[in-house]
Amino acid sequence: MALLPRRDRFAPPPTAFEQQLIPVVSVILASLAPLLPMIVNTPIVPPFGYMILLSWRLMRNDLWPVWAALPLGIFDDLFSGAPIGTSAALWTISFIAIDAIDRRWVWRDHLQDWGIAVAFIAAYLVLALCLSGGGLALVMLLPQLILAALLYPVVARTTIMLDRWRLGR
Amino acid sequence: MAPPSRARQGFSRRAQLGLFTSYVIAVAGIFLALLLVLTARFDPAGHAAIQSLLSDLTSPIAKGGRAIVGTVSSGYDGLSAYIDAGSKNRAMETEIRKNRAALIEAKATARENYRLKRLARLIEHNPDVIVSAQLIASTGSSARRYATLSAGGSQGVMGGQPVRTTEGLVGRVVAAGRVTARVLLITDGGAVVPVRRLSDGQPALATGRGDGGLDIRALQAGSNPFKAGDIFVTSGAGGVYPPDIPVALAKIERRDVTIARPLADPARLDFAIVLPPYIVPDPALPPAPVAP
Repeated sequence: MALLPRRDRFAPPPTAFEQQLIPVVSVILASLAPLLPMIVNTPIVPPFGYMILLSWRLMRNDLWPVWAALPLGIFDDLFSGAPIGTSAALWTISFIAIDAIDRRWVWRDHLQDWGIAVAFIAAYLVLALCLSGGGLALVMLLPQLILAALLYPVVARTTIMLDRWRLGR
Repeated sequence: MAPPSRARQGFSRRAQLGLFTSYVIAVAGIFLALLLVLTARFDPAGHAAIQSLLSDLTSPIAKGGRAIVGTVSSGYDGLSAYIDAGSKNRAMETEIRKNRAALIEAKATARENYRLKRLARLIEHNPDVIVSAQLIASTGSSARRYATLSAGGSQGVMGGQPVRTTEGLVGRVVAAGRVTARVLLITDGGAVVPVRRLSDGQPALATGRGDGGLDIRALQAGSNPFKAGDIFVTSGAGGVYPPDIPVALAKIERRDVTIARPLADPARLDFAIVLPPYIVPDPALPPAPVAP
């Protein structure tokens, strides 16, 4: 890692920019998934941007203020094909809801986080469908939701690896 | 020790105020974003401009990735072709023998066609093509079905133009940037195409289902007249889509609606042709009476 050298013991503590760089960039890159060169006839690709965002938020509750989901959501909207504002609103609402969950369940293990993430992804997909007005039956979202639920542990594992790298520098 | 909660910041006045402010910003942001969604739903022009500008900027990613996908899949095709080359060769030789006979018949038919058309004085209507380009990406995780076309305003692509492949209708351009354009596929839940049955010209409307299929509804009330296996082409009614472009093949018949599969498969990342929007020719009206 020549770009991001390991910091030594006597370096000053990481600035806010250094702390935020990897989480923000990972969410932005995941939001760019619709640019991949594939054309699908059904909504099947899981919302990777939202999944990465959820895994960061569930793992580190002190990483982002509540409003941080707003700019990240607007960026996701620019590429997702949904009307601009969909992700911005829904991501921020989910941050507020996770704050409430944090107050109830302080100690959570991975299984609980997984369940919370799946519930949030399901709500996100349904509400995004309502906001986009595509006239699609709710059943059509099931394959996408199942795929997202199965992929969430992989996404969470990736986030943990990124976090370890971020803190280890 | 329990992880520090953001909701309990201790007695620091500054920290409590900061927390409060962040909630105020978040809630205000939610309302602003929902307002944006509403304006995007009811006045999509401005939003489409932003999205097509960004799709212009990022089109190299999709184009480059497309080349990689093409190389990998063609390499795989080449490999599998090499493995079963012998059996394929035999099959092809028998096919060539069969085709030769068919070709001669087809030539005879073509000649007869030409003669009949001359008799009927039909004019082959060949609308001029605006541009042929590739579909490079699509909105895979959204509930709407948009694809990105690798041609834009600089090649003459404008909103409202129909897009087709050699197999059939793909959709309609909804927003054009400089080098890319956004295409609403006919399988989107908000897309409606006026069609007619190829065999007898019975008119119908094809609506996207969002799952890759189309709902075909007859225009008259009563039982569903369409059967599985019917082929539908555009009727040209109402303009936009030129007549006689293949659209769909009926698959499943229900009581009031027939579910059809589109004939053009945009998933094959094929070349698509952008056509000028079709304008229904005016009916020949009697000349207006001249005022005395």
